[in-house]
Amino acid sequence: MKKQRTLWNDGSKTVAASLLSILMGVIFGGILLVLVALFLKMPLASAWEGFRIVLAGIFNTGRNYDAGSVLTFGFNPRLMGDMLFRSTPLIMTGLSVALAYKTGLFNIGAPGQYLMGTAASIMVALAIDTSVVPAALVWLLAFLAAVAAGALWGCIPGLFKAYLNVNEVITSIMTNWIAANLVTLAFDGSPFINLVDYGKTGFTLKTSTNGVATAKLGMDALFGGSSANAGFLVALVLAIVSYVVISKTTFGYELRCCGSSKSAAKYAGMNEKRSIVLSMAIAGGLAAAGAALYYLQGDVEFSWHTSMSLPATGFNGIPVALLASCNPIGCVFSGMFMAYLNISGNQLSTFTAYNEYIADVIVAVIVYLSAFTLFFKGLMDGRRKAAPIHHQPGAAPPPAEPAREEEKQS
Amino acid sequence: MTFLLQQTLIYTVPLILVALAGVFAERSGIINLALEGIMVIGAFVGAWFVRSQQEGGWNEEQAQLLLLAALLVTAAAGALFSLLLSFSAVKMKADQTIGGTALNLLAPALVLFLVNIVFQQNTLNLRYDAPSWFMLFQTDFGFERKAKLGLVGDLLLNKTYLTTYIGILIYVVLSVVLYKTRFGLRLRSCGEHPQAADSVGINVYRMRYLGTSISGALAGMGGFIYALTTSNGAANGDVAGFGFLALAVMIFGNWKPLNIAVVGFLFGLLKCISACSGTLDINGDGVYTLAQIGVSTYVYNMLPYVITLVVLAFTSKKSRAPKAEGIPYDKGQR
Repeated sequence: MKKQRTLWNDGSKTVAASLLSILMGVIFGGILLVLVALFLKMPLASAWEGFRIVLAGIFNTGRNYDAGSVLTFGFNPRLMGDMLFRSTPLIMTGLSVALAYKTGLFNIGAPGQYLMGTAASIMVALAIDTSVVPAALVWLLAFLAAVAAGALWGCIPGLFKAYLNVNEVITSIMTNWIAANLVTLAFDGSPFINLVDYGKTGFTLKTSTNGVATAKLGMDALFGGSSANAGFLVALVLAIVSYVVISKTTFGYELRCCGSSKSAAKYAGMNEKRSIVLSMAIAGGLAAAGAALYYLQGDVEFSWHTSMSLPATGFNGIPVALLASCNPIGCVFSGMFMAYLNISGNQLSTFTAYNEYIADVIVAVIVYLSAFTLFFKGLMDGRRKAAPIHHQPGAAPPPAEPAREEEKQS
Repeated sequence: MTFLLQQTLIYTVPLILVALAGVFAERSGIINLALEGIMVIGAFVGAWFVRSQQEGGWNEEQAQLLLLAALLVTAAAGALFSLLLSFSAVKMKADQTIGGTALNLLAPALVLFLVNIVFQQNTLNLRYDAPSWFMLFQTDFGFERKAKLGLVGDLLLNKTYLTTYIGILIYVVLSVVLYKTRFGLRLRSCGEHPQAADSVGINVYRMRYLGTSISGALAGMGGFIYALTTSNGAANGDVAGFGFLALAVMIFGNWKPLNIAVVGFLFGLLKCISACSGTLDINGDGVYTLAQIGVSTYVYNMLPYVITLVVLAFTSKKSRAPKAEGIPYDKGQR
């Protein structure tokens, strides 16, 4: 009995529930491919090809046209490196959402914070002349500027929540769209727009034009032809730091207490208002750091007409965090998984009649199902009826449940 | 001036309809963050329906009838899509914010996937130009082409859409339903104190399903009206944050229909100004006042959100947000 509990504890159930969501999401994607194939009278073999790419996109090495144009699979260093590069901002926005969730806050403001980070990092990286200041220092300044901008943007919902008890979801939605317009306003007519290359006025200059680019640290040799760089390692380090801060420090303990019960935290003498504001500020900083790590790569162009749409990377922090059950280390894996799906989508539109949006559909289904985690866990409990684990005192309560009831505006 | 008001009305109608959609869901106790996603679905289904009917034999004389049919179809599509939210929130007792976010991610992905694969393009357009088919002119109402109708007449009878009248009618009728009927009272009680509602025999689950479905129907319709009247009926998996703007209208309007109508008009005006500030000649005297002021369009775009934030800061203590919204109702906890 006791052994069974340690084998099938709350943590592994959470992982199992996440894996179940992923499995069902992927199956849904497969069904959709088949349905579309039937509806458009495409051969079912094409749906099967599409499904194989969805499953193993980054191992796809193209088509072998000599052997009847069959899909070929194998180690593809370029896609592998690109996956690491694209996972970098996703891991960071995931960390952002996860950290706020630990404090009982739903950070739907990650897209706005990400945008502010994008604008700040690009502007600083392009504005400081690298013939005067060393490029490495400019990179660092740009990174810090992004973190500061994101932290400031995260602070706003935090302050509203802490001092006025306004639901952070509502204020975050407002700050998101304010950021979307503010960033466009800031770039409109600025010297950072690409007026050099033909037809590129909708984009900013690459930061490499000023010599600012993230160090490669041999990642380019490891993954030839890809955009991989040291940014991924920075994200990795930040994930570990977040984990240590959340789980091993007094500060992290206060944040988690505040997430479990705001009034209990206050009663225990913790400054719950400070916890809320700091948590949102750090969350904003993390999301913005993700933007900096992505755009300071050097060769990435930013499409600055953002007034009508918010960056998907910001919203995708929510699935990353949910899949990881808000565990910072888990965010690294779920971030990589999301990037994996993203690359698969690209391969899909390159090599089949299908398009990359199927990856987004699968992600959305996974998010939808991840809200059922509690239900899935209940199912798992049901099967082993001898072990009433959900009443076990040692098991951590679901992070946001107690907090949500108090979040209501009064 | 007439032009400005006409344009404002075009933005206002979908805005208040979708804001009312938010009210119906929240009053029943479900936070509907998925308004944006449902609008996207409504715009897509509407565009597809109208396009296929235009290709399938309906001619221009029957355009208004087609528009009516399209409204019904988009309302059904929105209600159907919103069932995903109510199922997750009511049956599965899942977090409503996550459920809404999931639908917001799902809608554009699904629409773009289908548009790209079925129509081999990024945007689904109507077969024929929307204004030429659906716009009503004063000649349609029996007036002479040159007749002067005055400001109000011009506003209501020239260059309008049938959807404007229907939208306003639905808005008024549903507002009355929400406040003056037994059904409305029951629905609202489920958002304030579901335990009390249940104790007097109201089926809270059914009310929440109903509230969310009405919400979905309104948002689906609103999405189609928005796409038809502002972007020629094109569906590209995006309504440019209009659903979130409607959410802001709802909050600023304090969940009350009359306030929402006023706020909706104000925000519609700002949206309109931001869309055409450079070319707007308010008094018709050849002076482009707004262009001369020189404030960027993005400032007008941003203003509704800033105003809502400021209002929230000052009125947070007096907020009339439904007390039980966002909390899954559990019979066992009564």
